[in-house]
Amino acid sequence: MMPYFCHQNFTIADMSVLVNKDSKVIVQGFTGSEGSFHAEQMIDYGTNVVGGVTPGKGGQSHLGKPVFNSVSDAVKETGADVSIIFVPPAFAADAIMEAADAGIKVVITITEGIPVKDMITVKEYISDKDVILIGPNCPGVITPGEAKVGIMPGFVFKKGKIGIVSKSGTLTYEAADQIVKADLGISTAIGIGGDPIIGTPTKDAVKMLMEDPDTDAIVMIGEIGGNYEAEAAKYIKETGNKKPVVGFIAGQTAPPGRRMGHAGAIIGGKDDTAEAKMKIMSECGIHVVKSPADIGETMKNALA
Amino acid sequence: MNIHEYQAKSILKKYGCRIQEGLVAESADRALTAAKELKAETGTEWFVIKAQIHAGGRGKGKVQETGSNGVVLAKSLDEVPEKAKGILGGTLVTHQTGEEGKKVHKVLVAQDVYYPGESEPKEFYLSVLLDRAKGCNVIMASTEGGMDIEDVAEETPDKIFKEWVDPAAGLQGFQARKIAFALGLEGNAFKEMVKFIMSLYKAYEETDSSMFEINPVLKTSDNKILAVDAKVNLDDNALFRHKDLAEFRDITEEDPLEVEANAAGLNYVKLDGNVGCMVNGAGLAMATMDIIKLSGGEPANFLDVGGGANAETVEAGFRIILQDPNVKAILINIFGGIVRCDRVANGVVEAYKKIGDIDVPIIVRLQGTNAEEGAKIIEDSGLKVSSAIVLKDAAAKVKEVLS
Repeated sequence: MMPYFCHQNFTIADMSVLVNKDSKVIVQGFTGSEGSFHAEQMIDYGTNVVGGVTPGKGGQSHLGKPVFNSVSDAVKETGADVSIIFVPPAFAADAIMEAADAGIKVVITITEGIPVKDMITVKEYISDKDVILIGPNCPGVITPGEAKVGIMPGFVFKKGKIGIVSKSGTLTYEAADQIVKADLGISTAIGIGGDPIIGTPTKDAVKMLMEDPDTDAIVMIGEIGGNYEAEAAKYIKETGNKKPVVGFIAGQTAPPGRRMGHAGAIIGGKDDTAEAKMKIMSECGIHVVKSPADIGETMKNALA
Repeated sequence: MNIHEYQAKSILKKYGCRIQEGLVAESADRALTAAKELKAETGTEWFVIKAQIHAGGRGKGKVQETGSNGVVLAKSLDEVPEKAKGILGGTLVTHQTGEEGKKVHKVLVAQDVYYPGESEPKEFYLSVLLDRAKGCNVIMASTEGGMDIEDVAEETPDKIFKEWVDPAAGLQGFQARKIAFALGLEGNAFKEMVKFIMSLYKAYEETDSSMFEINPVLKTSDNKILAVDAKVNLDDNALFRHKDLAEFRDITEEDPLEVEANAAGLNYVKLDGNVGCMVNGAGLAMATMDIIKLSGGEPANFLDVGGGANAETVEAGFRIILQDPNVKAILINIFGGIVRCDRVANGVVEAYKKIGDIDVPIIVRLQGTNAEEGAKIIEDSGLKVSSAIVLKDAAAKVKEVLS
């Protein structure tokens, strides 16, 4: 059997999970349309964007920040420790490995549509490196009031003590909005992505929030396909249900064998169904909601 | 992307796997010519005629119009045209097609490989696929060939042998030998199986497939190993680097509405329910389907309009949903982040007016940037559209229109 990759040695000295106000962020695919648009939004939010990378455009300036030819140049010049990737799917795996090689500690990959074979190579490549990969095909990570390293609408995420882990973009915003409307707020929201192979599975992201002193409770949002939610649920139970967790699995009505948008959202076997996952989650002491409209209220009750 | 058996076998052959030889035919005449060519090439006296559709269970499946099975044996050249006629143009219903079945446009005329000889023919199962939990590929093998592997996994899990492939090293010879030994093979059959497995894995890897399932793999009576059937699923995300494989796409196998949606840049999956939905984001789209069910309806579709919910995409979405006669109501659920809700609302109104008389109730739920403004635009439009901001209200409104 393969040595299964596991990198839980992340030691960001500061508070908060993955990103914070001191994170020095670079944007890979900086000068492209997606990269430009979201880099500007991140800068407006107050994220400490220190520059970007577009091979061949090194030395230029973009959005008032320096452009570098390579990630290692960017790291050397700016001390960057977080990277966000908007590079097109055909070149995204290369960009992730370049970031890992250059010593970036947190690589957040927004790109959708990376071939599975490329991601197998990426996972193998980063398995012995001190780096955490978030995504691909994800909305990114936000620690409200400190840093938004992603494409989410920042204003939805009011600061608070609830952590969110989610495979889906807009469903993350929905959950955050309900949490805020329930008079609570968000500590850190981690969009882990909806692909079959992702850098940080649900369990690893939940673990970060369980160990985060700024997080009191967790919203865990999954989808049909794969076993990440079951694995996370078992971890939550084994570690003594330290913080309340509200869970939802999208795709209760999805038919088997059909891919529901996300490459990873497909029912392949009995354990992949929403029903099976929700059952395991309930058995592990998670407050499972059947309706995605009940996330905020259920969290409020769980904390009461 | 799914491909046909004959296409999958052509890939296998290219990579050095022995296959049950065959030729594809679209008419009974062509089937006869194919059979003659095959006889000249392989010396086969009998011919297997196999419906080419993107679904399993063909052998037990029935062609509605003729009562023929989806896979039949012709014991002479003379029988070929008639047997082919029983399948071609018909609607084949199998346990995987649903009641409506699938129209058969092509048959594969294949050689008979179960001929008698020095030993008994024996069927095996082989597949290569991604192990999501481990983040690497796995080869699954079983002595229970020809059976549904999910049933084997359920009833006799000890009869499934798994070998994981190290992403850095790739498949090694000792692993292929381990599998061949586990299948109880020896002599020439053993050697052939090792080669078959190595070639199969290479085919899987180099075509960027997400699954290669050979069921059955046959040990013939003269100890050859060959693929009798092949089911292949290609990674859609990797088709950009396989232009030749992208051409294997057969849109006659897909739902016409899905093809149309695809062309409009929408991610649409047709379902059987009565409430249509249009949503931005795949996760929220699935969650919206779940809300419909919890409100007493059944989702008529999955539809993700993606990041750019504007007048054009909304109009395209409307047109596709409205072609489904089962739709009794439509729920639009947009969480405007970067997309502003007032713009989406204007898009909805514009699309609605352009299409004209839409006679099913529409519930528009807009949340996020400028949600209030969006709701006001919908309310003031004078159209038969009701608006909601909170998801709970949208669910209640779906319930209301269905009752």
